[in-house]
Amino acid sequence: MQMVVENLKVSYGNIKALHGLDFGIEKGEIVCIIGANGAGKSTTLKAISRLVPVEANSIMVFDGHDLNAYPPDRVVSELGISHVPEGRRLFGNLTVIENLKLAAFARKDRAAVQDDMEKVFSIFPRLRERGKQMSGTLSGGEQQMLAVGRAFVSGRRMMLLDEPSMGLAPILMLSMFEALKEINREETTILLVEQNARLALNFAGRGYVIENGRIVLEGNSPDLLRNEEVKKAYLGG
Amino acid sequence: MEFVLQNFINAMQWGSFYALIALGYSMVYSILMLFNFTHGDIFMTGAYIGFGAATVLLFLTASVGISVPGWLLLILTILISMMLTSLLGIIVERVGYRPLRDAPRASAAITGLMIGIILETGNLAVLGARRFSFPSLIETVTYNIGGVYFTNKKILIVGVSLFLMLLLHAFIRKSRWGMAMRAMSYDYQVVPLMGVSLNMIAPMTFAIGSALAAAAGILYGMAYPVLDPYMGVLLGWKSFVAAILGGRGSILGAALAGFLLGFIEIFTAMIFPSTLRDLIAYTIILLILTFRPYGFFGQPYTTQLRL
Ligand SMILES: Nc1ncnc2c1ncn2[C@@H]1O[C@H](COP(=O)(O)OP(=O)(O)OP(=O)(O)O)[C@@H](O)[C@H]1O
Ligand SMILES: [Mg+2]
Repeated sequence: MQMVVENLKVSYGNIKALHGLDFGIEKGEIVCIIGANGAGKSTTLKAISRLVPVEANSIMVFDGHDLNAYPPDRVVSELGISHVPEGRRLFGNLTVIENLKLAAFARKDRAAVQDDMEKVFSIFPRLRERGKQMSGTLSGGEQQMLAVGRAFVSGRRMMLLDEPSMGLAPILMLSMFEALKEINREETTILLVEQNARLALNFAGRGYVIENGRIVLEGNSPDLLRNEEVKKAYLGG
Repeated sequence: MEFVLQNFINAMQWGSFYALIALGYSMVYSILMLFNFTHGDIFMTGAYIGFGAATVLLFLTASVGISVPGWLLLILTILISMMLTSLLGIIVERVGYRPLRDAPRASAAITGLMIGIILETGNLAVLGARRFSFPSLIETVTYNIGGVYFTNKKILIVGVSLFLMLLLHAFIRKSRWGMAMRAMSYDYQVVPLMGVSLNMIAPMTFAIGSALAAAAGILYGMAYPVLDPYMGVLLGWKSFVAAILGGRGSILGAALAGFLLGFIEIFTAMIFPSTLRDLIAYTIILLILTFRPYGFFGQPYTTQLRL
């Protein structure tokens, strides 16, 4: 397993958001987490990125490293786990190129950075055209491309994606997921969080369903897509 | 007319002090949303460090018996003080503010005030109540162009200040560190997700702001050579007003408002008795802020996004 998570517990003050999650991800896999609003999907990703503190005895191991020993910036720069946060969160006052350069800020391998930038531009040619534009003025779809491109440049062993389909027209959504498949073929493991369960399960090989901070179901995507409960709760009957 | 030009130069000089100090408030605010109330006293400490550096340099060159031109000593003094004072800024961030990064802003503000008081009283404890006077490193030359009198020092003060501001501008616009600062000012929570540590950018910002304050301290010492442990209080508050007037976190705004403050003060004093200067000048600024509560370039607060 490339990533092993056991007994992951997170609280915000008195509110318990995660009650002890267990899951694992193999290298090169695409795994999704689906669940309703407030189920704890984003919190799971934030825990992995070390943006929220976890409770004692929460285990998170990546490539043999204890994640709890890393501050958030080194999770990215040393372990290569990138995170596309909910709502994109681009630096709107920076140009497209600057956003990508900032993502490569901590990387020492300058030549490889150049290659990765090129790869981003070949996956999303639109970004090359928009290079000097302020990212705050990009269209929603372009912003999502940049958010993914930025993550790709910052760390590419594993990519955590928080609702990359949000706000995208269906056709853009499909091309976004095509691009993610391509990134996955470049040996980037993907952990995807989605409310759009059908989309997520069609894209990922396996999935976990979380409700109120607990994993209630897990399995291969085809099985989950056929599962009656999943159908009723997440696929619209 | 000569009179106006004369005052123009004075206003530029005072504006330089305010602007250089205001930049430090603004930069720190823009990345950490925090008013660094130690900043006025960092200016004071910078002036004292400059005083110490100049004294040592003068002593050394005199005892070795070589004559070093005054302008070179001045440049060395400024550089040494900027360097040492930036270390002070880094320490203030590390010791005072970093532990409180997620604490309520009021706690951080009070911490800043307390460190300021420590610097003031620490200075008194170490150096005593004696007032030192800043050594005059360069000869004062007075020029008279068409009835307008000005000194080489005033020109130097304004010139060095503008040069430092342009340097800062280039740094923020062109360097990757400046880029990281701009990113942090937009959304500091996401910066770590780019693999960039806030604990690199924050101390750097304090260092730059403190270095500018130190430069202001020495330039101030050139114009008004008497040093005083509390010299940073009023000047610090006025520069803070400039930072607010410019728009919270706006670098350009802080510089412009610093100069505007200089102009308002000097031209108020031109018309009214000088005892009424600050009363009238700051009433004017209060009025400006009533109509532009966010300052010249400030943005209304947006609800802080949650990550
Ligand atoms: N910063 C916070 N402070 C307090 N409570 C929070 C915070 N962030 C999240 N929560 C709470 O934790 C729970 C899980 O939130 P989380 O953001 O992980 O949900 P989610 O599954 O991503 O939902 P959505 O699909 O709406 O994005 C929710 O009840 C939420 O209200
Ligand atoms: Mg979420």
